[in-house]
Amino acid sequence: MINRNPQLDANRALTHLLTTEGLPAAILLQILDTAETFMGVTEREVKKVPLLRGKSIFNLFFEPSTRTRTTFEIAAKRLSADVINLNIAVSAQSKGETLLDTVDNLSAMHADMFVVRHSQSGAAHLIARHVQPGIHVINAGDGRHAHPTQALLDMFTIRHYKKEFHNLRVAIVGDILHSRVARSQIHALTTLGVPEVRVIAPKTLLPRQVERLGVRVYHDMRSGLRDVDVLMMLRLQKERMQGAYLPSSEEYFKYYGLTPEKLALARPDAIVMHPGPMNRGVEIDSEVADGHQSVILPQVTYGIAVRMAVMAILAGSQSGDSV
Amino acid sequence: MRIHIQNGRLIDPQNRIDAVRDIYIADGRIQSIDTPPAGFHADRVIDASHLVVCPGLIDLSVRLREPGLEYMATLESEMSAAVAGGVTRFACPPDTDPPLDEPGLVEMLKHRARNLNQAHVYPIGALTQGLKGEHLTEMVELNDAGCIVFGQPNALPRNLRVLMQAMQYAATFGFSVWLSPQDIHLAYDGVAHDGEVSTRLGLPGIPVCAETIAIANIVLLAKETQVRIHLCRISSAEGLAMIRAARQQGVKITCDVSINHIHLSDMDIGYFDSNCHMTPPLRSFNDRDALRAGLIDGAIDAICSDHAPVDDDVKLLPFGQSETGATGVELLLPLTLKWGLEMKRPLVEALAAITCRPAGILGVDAGVLAPGVVADICIFDPEDYWKVTPSALLSQGKNTPFLGMQLPGKVRYTLVNGNIVYESSVS
Repeated sequence: MINRNPQLDANRALTHLLTTEGLPAAILLQILDTAETFMGVTEREVKKVPLLRGKSIFNLFFEPSTRTRTTFEIAAKRLSADVINLNIAVSAQSKGETLLDTVDNLSAMHADMFVVRHSQSGAAHLIARHVQPGIHVINAGDGRHAHPTQALLDMFTIRHYKKEFHNLRVAIVGDILHSRVARSQIHALTTLGVPEVRVIAPKTLLPRQVERLGVRVYHDMRSGLRDVDVLMMLRLQKERMQGAYLPSSEEYFKYYGLTPEKLALARPDAIVMHPGPMNRGVEIDSEVADGHQSVILPQVTYGIAVRMAVMAILAGSQSGDSV
Repeated sequence: MRIHIQNGRLIDPQNRIDAVRDIYIADGRIQSIDTPPAGFHADRVIDASHLVVCPGLIDLSVRLREPGLEYMATLESEMSAAVAGGVTRFACPPDTDPPLDEPGLVEMLKHRARNLNQAHVYPIGALTQGLKGEHLTEMVELNDAGCIVFGQPNALPRNLRVLMQAMQYAATFGFSVWLSPQDIHLAYDGVAHDGEVSTRLGLPGIPVCAETIAIANIVLLAKETQVRIHLCRISSAEGLAMIRAARQQGVKITCDVSINHIHLSDMDIGYFDSNCHMTPPLRSFNDRDALRAGLIDGAIDAICSDHAPVDDDVKLLPFGQSETGATGVELLLPLTLKWGLEMKRPLVEALAAITCRPAGILGVDAGVLAPGVVADICIFDPEDYWKVTPSALLSQGKNTPFLGMQLPGKVRYTLVNGNIVYESSVS
């Protein structure tokens, strides 16, 4: 049985970032505070600091992604690391090499950090358990399980606009069942002290006993949005229409799409967030996505600073004592 | 070979005997108990002082991985593991590659097993061709080849009409049908119990209704066809309640549970421990406790190991991609004893779940210690706690959630047909 928190080393410092669940609030805040210091860097003429000079970061993407991979790549380069991108979906795995064989081979090339995305929940944990001490793993999304850097950049965004967490009502809207983003957001929000986290979705898109994660469940978007300070929309995958989760994207938009009229039920100063890429007209109306309450583009900017912060903290943690 | 087992604590659950008695064996059978037959001279005397002497254990599910899956385990390795675990008879599920759906395959397996001269092997015949749930197998031919029961492991056939006809056909010849109560559509892509743990870990869930709906279908079809049904590996409290109710209505139905499901719950998955990836899934604490209690009142008839040797190549994968199952035949006795100790049940009751009760389900004349019966015997030290490690297991499969645990009960001798087929080096 595997019980010790695999993200922390013997000194309870962060050695891998796998999920926001089970991380102390102090570590989440340390990441946000460190990200603040990098905000200046990203706005400078010369957008580089030498913190990770000589370090090799491997972006291991077992599932296609352009956006997340790019932001990790930019973050690493701004820290002066060497970045190697591997799209394994189309290379080794198709030749029959196992996940851990791939990791072993890349470790032999003296990797310092792996940024991993995989379609299976738990893939990043498996790799973290397997790598040599001193190699750090960042989960860039595993199955439906976790996407911690996305949740952290969302927390950064919320703190930027709302200053505090302890007085907020936050609603997460959409396909919670399949969403690693939603799970990581819920754990980050509850850990940081948000008193009321709501999830809004039809019953087909909610996982069993989701209320045990500390959220209030709403099926009716209008009552769920009432008086909220932050709206976090989720992307609805087109595949959901092929199974029996939903009848059509039109009906979904009608009941769960964010329109100006539904947004009006939230607090007047509510902010609207989305992890991207957006399906306009499915989960969100263009008028809202491009409206004055939308902070969707700033989220992307903050994402780079947050990922820089995570990499810098991991690289600075004591190596060799994590097992 | 004439054997005298001396000073042992003889436990015969069938007759509820628990007393120090000697056993005298000759010509492969028990000749007498307590008093030696006239003129008996033993070739070998086994000193069983401080040891328990019980019927050879009977395991209702041991995968040998033959034919076709020899990379995971071989007949030789798994037969040795079985007798090292005190198991003298066991049933093999037909989910081999190809499945056990042809008499030739069954004859080959029986023949190879017989040559090893270890435990008695009972191949479960495939209920449908290729286990595809479409066409019936030649059950009578398979019976001639050595299959005494027929089954469809892992999930019910999609087509209930085919299932009903398979039951009718089996009932015609008096064969019992062994089914795994899981609805394939409701289980779908699930890899863990649909509950808080699967929600947190983002693992696709298998709802309890995948089991209960399958049980409901089976019970109704069993009423219709009057066939004798055995349910393999139940996992939920609700499922168990339905079995109790069906029995009260007179449906001929028995069921078993695995060593994993009476000790573990979905919480044990921890951080994606693929050793806890099982079919059916490990369910909640409440379910586990209901199964543990169900063994006491007899609602559950037997404990089996659900032995599934799986190598690292298919276990060291993300949870959902890893192979299901765990090695277990060497843990059947220890984990049954552990259940008995934790539930404060007498040894004779714990051993019933792995001797006479599974014998009755399998329909074999075994699992009992009495003059005249075949001398299949397990002799073990109930006080000897041992640590489960890869090197302590003879099975080629080393993966089990119990790795690293100290468990009670070490087998000292195993006898099959009156021959000593296993003798522990430590004593």
